[in-house]
Amino acid sequence: MKQGAPGSRIPALLKSQEKEILADWIGEQLASITQRPDLLKESDLREQSRAFLAALQNATQRGALEDITGEEWSGVREQLAELSRTRALAGFSPTETATFVLSLKQPLFNRLRAEVRDAEALADETWRASVMLDKLGLHTVELFQHSREEVIARQQKELLELSTPVVELWDDVLALPLVGTLDSERTQVVMESLLQKIVDSGASIAIIDITGVPTVDTLVAQHLLKTVAATRLMGADCIISGIRPQIAQTIVHLGVNLGEVTTKATLADAFKIALERTGASVHRPKAAEEHRAG
Amino acid sequence: MERIPILKMGAFLLVTIQVDMHDKLAMTLQDDLTARISKERARGVLIDISALDVVDSFIGRMIANISGMARVLDAETVVVGMRPSVAITLVELGLPLEGVHTALNVEKGMALLRKRLGTPV
Repeated sequence: MKQGAPGSRIPALLKSQEKEILADWIGEQLASITQRPDLLKESDLREQSRAFLAALQNATQRGALEDITGEEWSGVREQLAELSRTRALAGFSPTETATFVLSLKQPLFNRLRAEVRDAEALADETWRASVMLDKLGLHTVELFQHSREEVIARQQKELLELSTPVVELWDDVLALPLVGTLDSERTQVVMESLLQKIVDSGASIAIIDITGVPTVDTLVAQHLLKTVAATRLMGADCIISGIRPQIAQTIVHLGVNLGEVTTKATLADAFKIALERTGASVHRPKAAEEHRAG
Repeated sequence: MERIPILKMGAFLLVTIQVDMHDKLAMTLQDDLTARISKERARGVLIDISALDVVDSFIGRMIANISGMARVLDAETVVVGMRPSVAITLVELGLPLEGVHTALNVEKGMALLRKRLGTPV
């Protein structure tokens, strides 16, 4: 049934009564409790509805009602994609977004009832219209979900980048304050950014501060050791700092062997060691010392 | 036949790997280097791998082996200029090259060798 669904009166009906259906439909949407005047202006809604109905009318003239994946329906699909995307970003719920399409049922059924007298034919037509609109509705929800997932994926990526800053503490000394749980994906990012920074700055000591890492289990310890090993391969020394008493206990209980890795309780201690190793030292100026004493 | 040049710099030997390492080349290097160490009585070996951007477990093990052989011949080995991607690959392969000294670049590697061997600069 490619050729405009022979036997169906829906295409003709959509064409001849487009204005009336549009008016009913917009009325339906405005009355619906899922309409969000706070997120979408009425004029925009009217424009969206008008454009969608025109595209739908066009598609039904040319394509089959049952198959909304066909080429004839590309205009309708594009409009739904745009609508789902903007509504997902604006903060509409899936129901509110799907209602846009599904609320077209009532006006369309009403027109069919007025047009088709024969009970059996009416049932057929109603079924066809219902299937078509359901498919479009599901398509909308799917697109909506997709837009949401895109947002989540983007945020995850941003979070990953935000959470792994490498800072230069001193000439030759880098610090990597880790905040949050370490999983293998994050370790990868941490490792890459740390090693790259070592190449860029030519630093010889890197301090990994795990004060912000809530728990250290065998997996996290393994990830840490991997990072330390990779740093060493690059020719830089690595110090792990910020090990809380609780974590020190856990590490020993788990039987994790940190090997020859230098570990310090605080970042300050690690920094001191790093300065010593690079040959630098920090002194309080004499004047300040006297001032404190006096 | 393709060979990796080995340069003598005082008591040190300098090996710069500028081409893609394949297994045969690696074996040749291993032979050449051990021969040169004993011939020149070298005290230190610098291997510059800054041009190497792909490693596999064989090359990784070969680097570790060369270092081990050099140590037996009383020479220290420093691997310099490893790229981040190579370092990550070696760690993921489970080859952290224990016992091999590393440095960020040739200059630092040279300084490390001098320090370890007690040679005046």
